[in-house]
Amino acid sequence: MFARIRALVIKEFLALLKDRATRVVLVGPPIIQLIVFGYAATFDLNHVPYVVYDEDHGSASRQLLAHFEGSPTFRLAGQVSREDQIAPLIDNQSALVALHIGPHFTRDLLLHRPAPVQVLIDGRNSNTAALALNHVSSILTAFNLQWMKEHGWHAPPALPELRSWYNPNLVSRWFIVPGIVALLTLVVTLLVTGLSVAREREMGTLDQLLVTPLRPIEILIGKALPGFLIGGLEAAVITLAVILWFRVPFNGSVAALALGVTLFLLAVIGIGLLISTLASTQQQGLLGVFLFLVPAVILSGFSTPVSNMPEAVQWLTRINPMRYFLVIVRGVFLEGADLAVLWPQYWPLALLGAASLSAATWRFRRRL
Amino acid sequence: MKRRLGALIRKEFLQILRDPSAIAIAFVMPASLLFLFGYGVSLDARHVPVAVVVELPDSDTASFVAGLAQSPYFEPQSFMDVTTARAALRQRQVEGILWLRHDFSRRLLRGDTAPFSIIVNGVDANSARLLEGYLQGVWQNWLQQRARTSGQPFAVPAYSTDRIWFNPALRSRNYLVPGLIAVIMTLIGALLTAMVVAREWERGTMEALMATPVTISEILLGKLLPYFFMGMGGMALSVVLALSLFAVPLVGSVWALSAASALFLLVALGMGLLISTLARNQFVAGQLAVIVTFLPAFMLSGFIFDIGSMPAPVQFVTHVVAARYFVSILQTVFLAGDLWPVLLANSAALAVMAVIFLGLTWRQSRKRLD
Repeated sequence: MFARIRALVIKEFLALLKDRATRVVLVGPPIIQLIVFGYAATFDLNHVPYVVYDEDHGSASRQLLAHFEGSPTFRLAGQVSREDQIAPLIDNQSALVALHIGPHFTRDLLLHRPAPVQVLIDGRNSNTAALALNHVSSILTAFNLQWMKEHGWHAPPALPELRSWYNPNLVSRWFIVPGIVALLTLVVTLLVTGLSVAREREMGTLDQLLVTPLRPIEILIGKALPGFLIGGLEAAVITLAVILWFRVPFNGSVAALALGVTLFLLAVIGIGLLISTLASTQQQGLLGVFLFLVPAVILSGFSTPVSNMPEAVQWLTRINPMRYFLVIVRGVFLEGADLAVLWPQYWPLALLGAASLSAATWRFRRRL
Repeated sequence: MKRRLGALIRKEFLQILRDPSAIAIAFVMPASLLFLFGYGVSLDARHVPVAVVVELPDSDTASFVAGLAQSPYFEPQSFMDVTTARAALRQRQVEGILWLRHDFSRRLLRGDTAPFSIIVNGVDANSARLLEGYLQGVWQNWLQQRARTSGQPFAVPAYSTDRIWFNPALRSRNYLVPGLIAVIMTLIGALLTAMVVAREWERGTMEALMATPVTISEILLGKLLPYFFMGMGGMALSVVLALSLFAVPLVGSVWALSAASALFLLVALGMGLLISTLARNQFVAGQLAVIVTFLPAFMLSGFIFDIGSMPAPVQFVTHVVAARYFVSILQTVFLAGDLWPVLLANSAALAVMAVIFLGLTWRQSRKRLD
């Protein structure tokens, strides 16, 4: 039996690798995507363009604006001298934020009277706008504390000390980049397995396979193993790149991650093979892969948190292997989570794998 | 020529009708995906579980904590001491801790600055940052309220008055749903065409078509037009869903929206045609379609990750992602209105891409005729 499966696996690998285009598709894009997406995927604001409409030009406004100029989050995009110059700049996205300082700003502050700073912001991307407002408010707080000290105001009655665990500087790349391990492993494994049976069926070579002494289950194992090996290899390479290239701290154990990768691959292969046995043409197979892949990525917690979804959609994500694997990858990388902490993620993955693999086997037997 | 083109289009339509998967791709897929994602994709946190540790409760701490309970962002949970709260944070029962130490009120009364701690789980840095922001908002409200009620001479020097344009409630759905439409239409466009031409090559019917008097442009037009109209139908369906179900405002004109969508569909279909012409094999065409359409549209279009925050080389790469221009157009037309500088610049880029993709497909197909 092992000799037969081995022969089939070798045949599958040859079929995948002898085609230059397939070879390129499996090796090139994941590496390029890791690099490009790794740098692209960030929620942290950098160089947010802002314009200043300063009617005051006093010492206080200069001091406040110096705080903005010193911040790496913001980039001065220009000064305006009339209020109606602001709107076009925000409209065509040359500025995200406009700061309007009124004519009596310095005078009011020197008289110990609070003075407003009007902040206009482009809310088209609400997440960027919310984060930018947070940054504006912390810059204002820093300016205020300095001003209060230097000009004898009463100190504020309470001040927060901020601390964040696992990711002290709140670098969102540390959250997203480990997720790319899950994303690219999912894509590659689905592509390898999702069309495999349908292709043989369409080309008529499935019948040839069936007249060999191979049993149906052996054929399926032969189809599953290449996906497992290629997916596992890509996961390992990408994980190494995340640690060595992107310098994301790896606090957990390799064993906890390896167990997660194994269970995740089994679940994805099961789903891929199930799609492949359900489809009668490659076109249907591809459609099936898309119909699974796109929701699996978007509703996984990869970019937007699962906890923000409505109950019904959250419930639906329970059949998404990527959801569990993302928690495992991020937990192992950042929190140093061990097997015990991740147990609630492992068993649903194992269950999904068992269910989808047996469904694929059952479908395949019946289709014969 | 018109008659030949008509016959080709009729043939394509008959094929579409016989294999309903194209209709499923054009209509069922965008509607169901948008329905699912419109609900599922949100960056607005609500009812975030937060541990509240008050070591010595009194009226000052009570007024502070009350601000937390009133906010829709939080679901405060009381903990007796910070050790149990930390354990809860570690086990992900809470996302953050607000910790008022036993000397909080004493130092307030003495007139010192009383420190208090905000601890967040930083794994999801974006959510953590927003949580910090919300918690600091509670603090600032409390400061103002306290200054008013106690009559203490506390005032901040500079305070901000915010005016948020285009999306005053900062509803993330308002910008995510238009972005989702762009991502979904990228998929639909590529899927509709990517497999079609590859199928003709693989089955050998392309040679048969070429033996007839139709020209290569007619074959391409015959492929393009039926799918173009189906794609526009899917697009219209998505817009209706966005407006009716997700209550996204449409500030701009339907006219601008349709024109931009038509242009974008030409690019998406052109890309699909080019992929299938180059691959000539459904397996590879399918794989390429996944890799060059969905993932870049998802990651590099500005749909969710702000392009302005990416490093310069990556920003440069995003210029070849057609969805980038469409996302920008859709977010602007939906939320801000017909702002011509934004619309024209992005449409020009789309037009250039359409010409490149369709031109390359045309050249590539003609070459193979020899």
